[in-house]
Amino acid sequence: MEWKSHLLIVPILLPMMTGALLLLFDERRHALKATLSVIATVSLLVVAFVLLSFADSGEPDAARTGVYLLGNWSAPFGIVLVLDRLSALMLVLTGTLALASLTFSLARWDRIGPHYHTLFQLLLMGLNGAFLTGDLFNLFVFFEVLLAASYGLVLHGSGIQRVRAGLHYIAINLAASLLFLIGVSLIYGVTGTLNMADLAVRIPAVAAGDQPLLLAGAAVLGVAFLVKAGIYPLGFWLPTAYTAAAAPVAGIFAILSKVGIYILFRLSLLLFGVDAGASAGFGELWLFVAGIATVAFASAGVLASQGMARLAGFYVLVSSGTLLSAIGLASVEVTSGALYYMVSSTMALSAFFLLVELLDRAQDPAADVLAVTMEAYGDDPEVEDVVEDAGLVIPGTISILGLCFVACAILLAGLPPLSGFIGKFAMLDAIIGSDKPVLDVSLFGWIFTAALIGSGLAAMIAMVRAGIRTFWAPIEGTVPRIRLVEITPVAGLLLLCAAMTVGGGPVLRYMDATARAMHAPRVYIEEVLSAAPIPPPAAEGSQP
Amino acid sequence: MIELTLALGIGFLVGSGIWLLQRPRTYQVIVGLSLISYGVNLFIFSMSRLRSNVPPVVSSGAINPADYADPLPQALVLTAIVIGFATTALFLVVLLVSRGLTGSDHVDGREPN
Repeated sequence: MEWKSHLLIVPILLPMMTGALLLLFDERRHALKATLSVIATVSLLVVAFVLLSFADSGEPDAARTGVYLLGNWSAPFGIVLVLDRLSALMLVLTGTLALASLTFSLARWDRIGPHYHTLFQLLLMGLNGAFLTGDLFNLFVFFEVLLAASYGLVLHGSGIQRVRAGLHYIAINLAASLLFLIGVSLIYGVTGTLNMADLAVRIPAVAAGDQPLLLAGAAVLGVAFLVKAGIYPLGFWLPTAYTAAAAPVAGIFAILSKVGIYILFRLSLLLFGVDAGASAGFGELWLFVAGIATVAFASAGVLASQGMARLAGFYVLVSSGTLLSAIGLASVEVTSGALYYMVSSTMALSAFFLLVELLDRAQDPAADVLAVTMEAYGDDPEVEDVVEDAGLVIPGTISILGLCFVACAILLAGLPPLSGFIGKFAMLDAIIGSDKPVLDVSLFGWIFTAALIGSGLAAMIAMVRAGIRTFWAPIEGTVPRIRLVEITPVAGLLLLCAAMTVGGGPVLRYMDATARAMHAPRVYIEEVLSAAPIPPPAAEGSQP
Repeated sequence: MIELTLALGIGFLVGSGIWLLQRPRTYQVIVGLSLISYGVNLFIFSMSRLRSNVPPVVSSGAINPADYADPLPQALVLTAIVIGFATTALFLVVLLVSRGLTGSDHVDGREPN
């Protein structure tokens, strides 16, 4: 057994063990805790990159799939972890955001409440598990792990605003988890399996009389994911919760809403793809309509937001809605562009959530009185006190912050030259590209195009307004005190987006291969179901 | 008959739970969530089909699977109960914190005007 095949379980085990280990140390030894946490997160990112290179090592057209049989039972009976290009991509994205948020929190947030690092590591465990699992019920378990950790993190730092938003967040997610269970058990009741690959084999063979029950189960399951992705009209909790959360927590939460999107991507193409017989294409229209409605609602929300954190919260919804309607379009080229857009927008959002906190320090407190929703920040005197001695004044702080802000605005609005533009362009090119006659573009294609461009315009207007208010309007601008560990992750994430622009060719090639594998899941199914258990070690007596 | 009883039971639990979930007091919300989770647990359990006096564990030798109950939903219910219990306990803590910080047990943290 080569050691490399065990790497697949490391993204789950490593954060779990680190989280458990950190519990053993007293809160006062925070330097030790922070060091351990950072080491674990860096190793996690390295492992994610190794797994990514493994998933991408096959021929461009063949999907390389790594299967790890937990408990050494073969696939439909035991539970499995599955690594393919899509899950490897999500692992790398998780690792990157985790490292950025964790570095940012080292400045002060990790000491504001107890067990920050443990909760953070458990959140990573849940995220990685949800991306790697090949089994619906284990997906539920990992979802609960990541949600339980996120309940703790959303309350990190305490304060009335956080507890109030956290209460809604927890209640909604508990209700959604119950829907999740109903959906999973309905699907099990009809097909008799919970393994995703096995489900894909059995769904075309479901009897016509049972099919409505199966689709009802899939729909209930889908609603649970839509709640988690914050889709209109199920996502009103999201901007409030993300606004109230501490900055580094919101930074990692940027990927939390993408977990729902990831699962919808995977399941809709695996279970209801072209091979699904009578059930093929189930829910595509609904996903498209819900996605467009979300983009419309969230664009209005972006325009109406007074505070920048709230703006970012609504932009999470724009991003979710765009991706969801891209799933609904179910075309290989759109999927490939959507994946690129997902990576770029998630990193930009995470950077923006971190940046907002730094910019808020520069705000004149009196200016907030005008902004209605900014009451959120005023009533937390403890935090304000800490801000005063947060760090040294670095020369040129305002210009660095300004540069980062401009980069965020360009990325979120999807303007050239940064990667937000390439993602949107790739999706638009797939729909109204020059090789397609104008009359052949479907109505859905036009609606999607309008939503994509309209939401970009809304983001642009809102960001320009926020930028003017932050950088130009204050007459006596206070220079915020900012530490190097706070600005480095923001700049790092934005530089990564820039690197994605420069290396757009290879990245898009990877996304292309991912999209093609997702739309033709036969390899995935075969690899999972044919993975052989490791033979037991030879008995002692048989050895010479 | 047993099917009807079970279906009515699940429906009653989930229906009451959903009604309570819409109520403005945090305590009602948590009781509502608990009731729904009981209903959901029964629902998962019913997915192994309702049969009495059949063993769930397969013995060795040539067997007919139709003679046995499906053990998997029972395992799923067990997991769901444990997770549901833990998250409810966590929610209860947040609820108490909210009560302490805001001085109100309204879900919005303040009494409606």
